[in-house]
Amino acid sequence: MRQPTQPVFLERRTYRRRRMMDAARLLPVIGVLLFLVPLLWQPGENATTARGVSYVFVIWAVLIVAAGWLSRKLKQPEGDEPSK
Amino acid sequence: MISFNLLVFVCLAYVAMLFLVAFAAERRAEKGAIGWLRSPLVYTLSLSIYCTAWTFYGAVGYAVRSGLEFVTIYLGPTLVMIGWWWVVRKLVRIGRSQRITSIADLISSRYGKSNFLGVIVTLLAVVGTTPYIALQLQSVTLSFAVFSGEDGPWNLQDLNDTALLVAVGLAFFTILFGTRKLDANERHHGVVTAIALEAVVKLVALLAVGVFVVWGVADGPTDIMARIDASDIAQWEPAGGRWATLIFLSAAAFICLPRMFQVMVVENADERHVAMASWAFPLYLFLMSLFVIPIAVVGLGVLPGENPDLYVLTVPLSLGQNGLAMLSFLGGFSSATSMVIVAAIALSTMVSNHIVMPIWLSARRGGATVSGDVRNVVLLSRRISIAAVLLLGYLYFHFSGGSGALAAIGLISFAGVAQVLPALIGGLFWRGATRIGAALGLMLGFAAWAYTLFLPSFGDTFLMSANMLENGPFGISWLRPRALFGVDGLDPVVHAVFWSMVLNTGAFFLGSLFSFPQPLERLQGAQFVNVFEHSRNAPGWSRSAAEAEDLLIMSQRILGAQQAQALFQRAATRQGKQGYYPDTTPDFIEMLERELAGSVGAATAHAMVGQIVGGSFVSVEDLMAVADETAQIMEYSSQLEAKSEELSRTAGQLRDVNEKLTALSVQKDAFLSQISHELRTPMTSIRAFSEILMGGPMSEAEQTRFSTIIHDEAIRLTRLLDDLLDLSVLENGQVTLNWQDSNLHDVLERAVSASGSMDTDQALTIIRDISAEDLPLVTDSDRLAQVFINLIVNARKYCDAAAPKLTISAVVRGPEVTVDFVDNGAGIPRSSQAVIFEKFSRLTDKSQAGGAGLGLAICREILDKLGGSITYLPGQVGAGFRVALPAVRPDAQANAAE
Repeated sequence: MRQPTQPVFLERRTYRRRRMMDAARLLPVIGVLLFLVPLLWQPGENATTARGVSYVFVIWAVLIVAAGWLSRKLKQPEGDEPSK
Repeated sequence: MISFNLLVFVCLAYVAMLFLVAFAAERRAEKGAIGWLRSPLVYTLSLSIYCTAWTFYGAVGYAVRSGLEFVTIYLGPTLVMIGWWWVVRKLVRIGRSQRITSIADLISSRYGKSNFLGVIVTLLAVVGTTPYIALQLQSVTLSFAVFSGEDGPWNLQDLNDTALLVAVGLAFFTILFGTRKLDANERHHGVVTAIALEAVVKLVALLAVGVFVVWGVADGPTDIMARIDASDIAQWEPAGGRWATLIFLSAAAFICLPRMFQVMVVENADERHVAMASWAFPLYLFLMSLFVIPIAVVGLGVLPGENPDLYVLTVPLSLGQNGLAMLSFLGGFSSATSMVIVAAIALSTMVSNHIVMPIWLSARRGGATVSGDVRNVVLLSRRISIAAVLLLGYLYFHFSGGSGALAAIGLISFAGVAQVLPALIGGLFWRGATRIGAALGLMLGFAAWAYTLFLPSFGDTFLMSANMLENGPFGISWLRPRALFGVDGLDPVVHAVFWSMVLNTGAFFLGSLFSFPQPLERLQGAQFVNVFEHSRNAPGWSRSAAEAEDLLIMSQRILGAQQAQALFQRAATRQGKQGYYPDTTPDFIEMLERELAGSVGAATAHAMVGQIVGGSFVSVEDLMAVADETAQIMEYSSQLEAKSEELSRTAGQLRDVNEKLTALSVQKDAFLSQISHELRTPMTSIRAFSEILMGGPMSEAEQTRFSTIIHDEAIRLTRLLDDLLDLSVLENGQVTLNWQDSNLHDVLERAVSASGSMDTDQALTIIRDISAEDLPLVTDSDRLAQVFINLIVNARKYCDAAAPKLTISAVVRGPEVTVDFVDNGAGIPRSSQAVIFEKFSRLTDKSQAGGAGLGLAICREILDKLGGSITYLPGQVGAGFRVALPAVRPDAQANAAE
């Protein structure tokens, strides 16, 4: 019988780490798309600088938080995962 | 109002503090106590040299002119940093594993260490950075001018003087801390610490002004929002093209600017710092730009009509906040100085490594081997380069008259350095990118940028006439600098970025597709693109102890552990130090290099030591020399290999011969004792029986019996002596052969009947194929019969089977006739097969009469004379012999017989 203890756990870690890398690669793409959204706004009553400031800075803050979270996950160099 | 003198005093005090900080950091680093000097926080803060005086003062001015568009300049770098996993991480890893010293070095290194590309990038960087340095000088002078209001308005001369003073001061600081020593990896602890401090100052200053504006002047965020809506910039109207182009441009510039590359890649101490910078630097930018719009709006309200580029300074000043204004001034001063210092260091490294050093080295051939010598030249050339770069900046400022909005100059500069992007990104991700493609792309992009943006920016005063700008050169309308190929009505920056990037990327791509890379290029390409498969996180080289350790490890591999350790220990003792790690002084390096050169050749040693001590000294020539030496060594070693193979073959042959000789010598001894025994036995019986005969009367019968024995023994002696005689005659070639036509069947018949007549106890069955034997021969049939008899008698004597059988078979094989004699006995052991044909060899101790071990030797001699051969036939039931005979008389044999 195979004992589903450590190996499975480690596999899972590696798998998670790979997905985090994918997320880190995707994040700037999402950022570009979000920052280009204001271009779609039609000139008019609603399209004010105040609104633009709110939008850009909120997106910016969200990206910083996301990048911070990802960098915590990815800080360890590859292969340095603790192997107990 | 603050007095101008106080301002100058504060300014000088601030500079003095920077000196102290930089000096302390250098001291700390020298002692090896790096610690927080190289923390991720310091790394992140050092990246902030992206935020120059352009950012500090210019962003507000930009916001007043174009609303929210200013933010694009920060969004690009934000995207690059949160996308660190793509580019920045790879750049840093390559920078560390290849010991890259500048962006020009990176491009040159990637494309086969091509110095041509290094020169192009260096020129591009100098041309692109000069306006930017002028911009910094301008903003510092303008901010001084703001405070000079009390002493009367400044004229142009005062501005120029201030700019000159600032430039000289910056040059002094940069030379002092940027070229103190030739660091292995171009790391400057003092400078980095100082600019980290300046980063804090400028952030705090801008935030303080922002907080003052939002909560001191206005009534908090809600009021600010209301004021924005009420201001001139209330309407959201970004030009779509500009918005996207500027995000792209700032992202590209963030990677390609020489000063950004310097702090981001070259000064990086640990790859993990990038992970923190990936969110912390965007946060820094976020904070830097958070209050730009509020300051702009409030400035528009408080000081309408004044220069919006200086609102950060003038708004607090006009509202009586002198302390805040002073802080703000220091913030602007910090922004300008840190940018100029790092840019000057980066440019001077590039200029000295890619322009001055190659010229110097080619000017004095062969002199480059003295490493201490070169170091001094490099330091000197860097110092001069720093001064020259700042001089250029000052001249630009002087002649452009300090005109133009800050933002416009900044964007021109960005677009210039962004031309490196295709070659850089292509080099990182595409192995097919070649030197020719990169050179074409860079040159075309550079030309397009200069034609569409840089030169027109001087207006109609410089190089381009108004007529040319309006109607194109020679009236060719589709070559108009601001409407290339008829693309009219675009914003100049968007137009220039679009065309330069399209032409640059296109030329790069096509050039790469249709050219073939050199070997070194392909090697470097693979190392760059697959850097994560080839390298681990390289250890830091920052401390000199680490360097000595690396040198020791390398030397041990080459010289052997004990010798290398002794060498290092001696050097350390000579320097008055304990242990194995001497200081890596030029003398020591030189000595070590010479030691290593003894083992691996001069060029290799130079390259290896250079790799550890200063990567920038490994030139293409070094590598070529290494390759040459290696080729020579390989050729030499292959010759040696061939020789040693030949020797071992000869040795093997000698060993075989020696073994044979030894065996023969043993046999000869055995034979001598045998022959004496053989001679002695008949002699003894002859003597004994003659004595009996002489002794006295005996019967007739007895007398007959004894004399018969004596007779038989005498015959046996005679036969033995005959054999010996026969062999000696045959060996000396004195035998006369009687060549005649005969038939194999007749010869065999005679031999069988002759051997059958010999009396023996054992009955031997002889199996023959009579029909196959009927073969004509030209030979000496008597001699041949002698051979056959010998073989048959041998079989009769030595075949130890219960029912001994001898098979005789004759076969024609080409020009030869072979006759095989195979019995069914035990055969001859393999070890004896080599010696049975030698004289005196006798395998068993069976003492049959006449068995002196000469029979087979005689057979071999006879067949030799007859032009045939006799060999042992292995792999049969018992012992087998093959007699091979020529069917006709060989001519050579005829000659030998005469």
